[in-house]
Amino acid sequence: MPNAINIALIPLLPLAGFLLLGLFGKKIFKNSAGIIGTLILLISAGLAIYTAYGYFFDYGKVNDVYQKLIPLKYTWLEFSKDVSIDMGIILDPISAMMIVVVTFVSLMVHIYSLGYMKGEERYSTYYAYLSLFTFSMLGLVLSSNIFQIYIFWELVGVSSFLLIGFYYDRPSAVAASKKAFIVTRFADLGFLIGILVLSFYSGTLDFNTLIQKLTSPESSELKTAIASSFLGVSALTWGLTLVFIGGAGKSAMFPLHIWLPDAMEGPTPVSALIHAATMVVAGVYLVARLFPVFALSAPDALSIVANVGAISALFAAIIACTQTDIKRVLAYSTMSQIGYMMFALGVSKYGGEDGLGYTASMFHLFTHAMFKALLFLGAGAVIHYVHSNDMKDMGGLRKHLPITHITFLLACLSIAGFPLLAGFFSKEEILLAAYQHNAVIYWIALITSGLTAFYMFRLYFSIFWNKAYHAHGEHHGDGGVAMMLPLLLLAAGAVFAGYIPFGHFVSTDGKPLESEFHLSFSIAPVALGLIGILTAMWLYKNENEKPAKLAASLSGLYKSAYHKFYIDELYLFVTKKVLFNLVARPAAWFDKTVVDGLVNFTGNTTQDISERIKGIQSGKVQQYAIYFLVSAVVLALLFIYVWKG
Amino acid sequence: MFFVQYSIFKMNGTTIIFYLLAALTLVSGFLSVTTRQIFRAAIYLLFSLIGIAGIYFWLNYQFIAAVQIVVYVGGIVVLIIFSIFLTQQAGELLPKQQIGRKIFAALAAFCGFALTMVQVWKHSFTKSTGDAVEATVTNIGAQMLSVDDNGYALPFEVVSVLLLAAMIGCIVIALRDKKIMNTEQGTPNKEV
Amino acid sequence: MMQPGLYHLLFISAALFFIGVYGFLTRRNLITMLMSVELILNSVNLNFIAFNKYVWPQRLDGVFFTVFVIAIAAAEAAVAIAIIINLYRSHQSIDVENAEELKY
Repeated sequence: MPNAINIALIPLLPLAGFLLLGLFGKKIFKNSAGIIGTLILLISAGLAIYTAYGYFFDYGKVNDVYQKLIPLKYTWLEFSKDVSIDMGIILDPISAMMIVVVTFVSLMVHIYSLGYMKGEERYSTYYAYLSLFTFSMLGLVLSSNIFQIYIFWELVGVSSFLLIGFYYDRPSAVAASKKAFIVTRFADLGFLIGILVLSFYSGTLDFNTLIQKLTSPESSELKTAIASSFLGVSALTWGLTLVFIGGAGKSAMFPLHIWLPDAMEGPTPVSALIHAATMVVAGVYLVARLFPVFALSAPDALSIVANVGAISALFAAIIACTQTDIKRVLAYSTMSQIGYMMFALGVSKYGGEDGLGYTASMFHLFTHAMFKALLFLGAGAVIHYVHSNDMKDMGGLRKHLPITHITFLLACLSIAGFPLLAGFFSKEEILLAAYQHNAVIYWIALITSGLTAFYMFRLYFSIFWNKAYHAHGEHHGDGGVAMMLPLLLLAAGAVFAGYIPFGHFVSTDGKPLESEFHLSFSIAPVALGLIGILTAMWLYKNENEKPAKLAASLSGLYKSAYHKFYIDELYLFVTKKVLFNLVARPAAWFDKTVVDGLVNFTGNTTQDISERIKGIQSGKVQQYAIYFLVSAVVLALLFIYVWKG
Repeated sequence: MFFVQYSIFKMNGTTIIFYLLAALTLVSGFLSVTTRQIFRAAIYLLFSLIGIAGIYFWLNYQFIAAVQIVVYVGGIVVLIIFSIFLTQQAGELLPKQQIGRKIFAALAAFCGFALTMVQVWKHSFTKSTGDAVEATVTNIGAQMLSVDDNGYALPFEVVSVLLLAAMIGCIVIALRDKKIMNTEQGTPNKEV
Repeated sequence: MMQPGLYHLLFISAALFFIGVYGFLTRRNLITMLMSVELILNSVNLNFIAFNKYVWPQRLDGVFFTVFVIAIAAAEAAVAIAIIINLYRSHQSIDVENAEELKY
């Protein structure tokens, strides 16, 4: 059986690290903060791998089915006998997988940051924040009930906010952190209402009980949840859709994606950890956690998930083709890949062969964490070298940064779905799942995969080939061991992660899923990917006029994609023009005149009256004596003659 | 007849003494609050207090009368006279009060007096039955220091503590503050 | 002439009380105000004694109250005079009209 203490230590160690570095970092661990944080996370990662190994190969499987284990449960807030908020740990295939991903990527980022953030003014603070994030994310994936996940969900949002705004002296970073926080917070409102709806109808907050109550066809809770409807949609669908809105906000799904590109203002390793590998997939994880309810009881909500995912995937891929800031390209790529995971969940069904999409989604989450973290860390090395985010300042770097070049290439090939690399396998599964269940989404996915190959190699060629790089300033090459080691480890992951027989471990119902490999099916996506790569090569390998010409010929599309389809402008219009003028201004007027007026009126009246009657307080003792005497006489008269009795 | 006449004569004697004492008390009390020479005011007060002591004697309360003379006449009035010496210039008349204030005060005092007297006249007091206790020093002393139901030992102690507190308070108030001393040596400072 | 009794004493007491009140209200010198207060206290004492004599002759409570009032009056007079002298030191005057810093 699992050792609850071991599992609890996985998130608690980073928490201890956060407290240690956050409280004493500035004075005591000014220079050793990185080492301490990394060592703590190393232990945590070791425990995570140990736990996952134990779960998958030792005690997790009973009768060939992976169980949902609750190794730890602690009643925290008991409102009544039936309603309580618990703190617990859930151990099932996806949480076991997630703790490995989170601790591994986080460890890589910790090590990488030893080099990348060296000499930074707030070095210890940075590591404290990283530890806080790791703690929150681990807590999120291990949460055994929906309210606990919400708590960690917000904690993750806070640490993301802190890390995006890490360079708080830059106004753009401050604006970006605010934007990220507000947008996700807005989405989290949906999540919270969703939680309330779901727990109201199921009468529980616990995941296992909730799923059981809302999926078994004969349960009365499910019947009421389906029967009661609002605006013609059943309460259950509403609840799940609202929960999905929360997930979409965190996972940067269209149209709540606007914060993700701006979030690239944070330090690059942070982008690798939070905005590529872990936090942004929290939405996917959430849908996967509640997947049985989605799939069995509310197919409408699941189709929303599928459509939003597909739209986001295509939409982000188109924008990614036009951006010139390399981190933004990666951000849109992330959004596109998460869209993949979402629609893979969306097209999936519960149980057996039909549950392929679920497995594929989790598989893609796993491989994506590897190659996308690698891409970001590679981009970080490039930015570290060039001191710029813009493609225009790069080119010809393959000689200067050989290790970065190789690993970046591997990651690009992997994400483009080049055969036999990690991304290939997971993407094939997703496409297969889409092909089996939804033709439209399949075609969108196929186009997107071609676009993915194109924009990734546009990025690759722009950075490492194209024009020759004229080095200026100091030369430090690839950076130290601290920065290269994570690149190499992640590159290994990006190449070999695909060979894990994922279906054996993760499936909708816990039973192993044999995924077949169809060679003929792979031809189309691989061919499209190759076309994308070759097009990018043709356009960007050498410095030439072709890209500009192409952009000019597609001017309308290019311009709108370059401006991210004006979504930001739309939001600005809605918030600034509509909300500001129609709501905020009248409210401000009301506040200034009516509310303030009332308060001022009270104050002024009091002052006026006191000004008039202050003469009574003359300081003359004999006057007071007269008042006293007269009042005493009057009271005596009143008591004797008027208020008799 | 003779007896009656004698008794009337005797009554008339005590009555006359009573009225004389009452007149002394009230007249000197009135003069005490109206004269403009402060020293005379103190002397009139003295006579008024002596008059009250006389009334106590007339009522056959010798102990209270003695206390009245010792404490008031011998103590408080002397204290007042000393403080007059400390604060007043010789021959200086007291400042005049505004006439309006005087009239108002007189009116208020008279109304209060009238109200009180009306109430007093309307009420008939009945003497309680029982053996009268002689207000002798022996009785008073015994009850003052007894701790049974009708004893006054506790108030006696409380008053002694109060007197101690008042004594300490007087010393503290009268202690010359260093700051005040400095200003007194220099120019008088109204601000202090 | 009428036989003097309780009502006569109450009359003297009330008259003395309101003479004291009149003095308290009209005098501006603090020492004379203190004298007025003494008059008021004495009228109260007289009241106690009168009631003790004519209403509750079998008790001595009135006597005790009188004794305590006299004791407290002595303490009060001492403290009041200390305050007055202190005031005289700081203001060079014991006129109440001059001591009105405690106004609004």
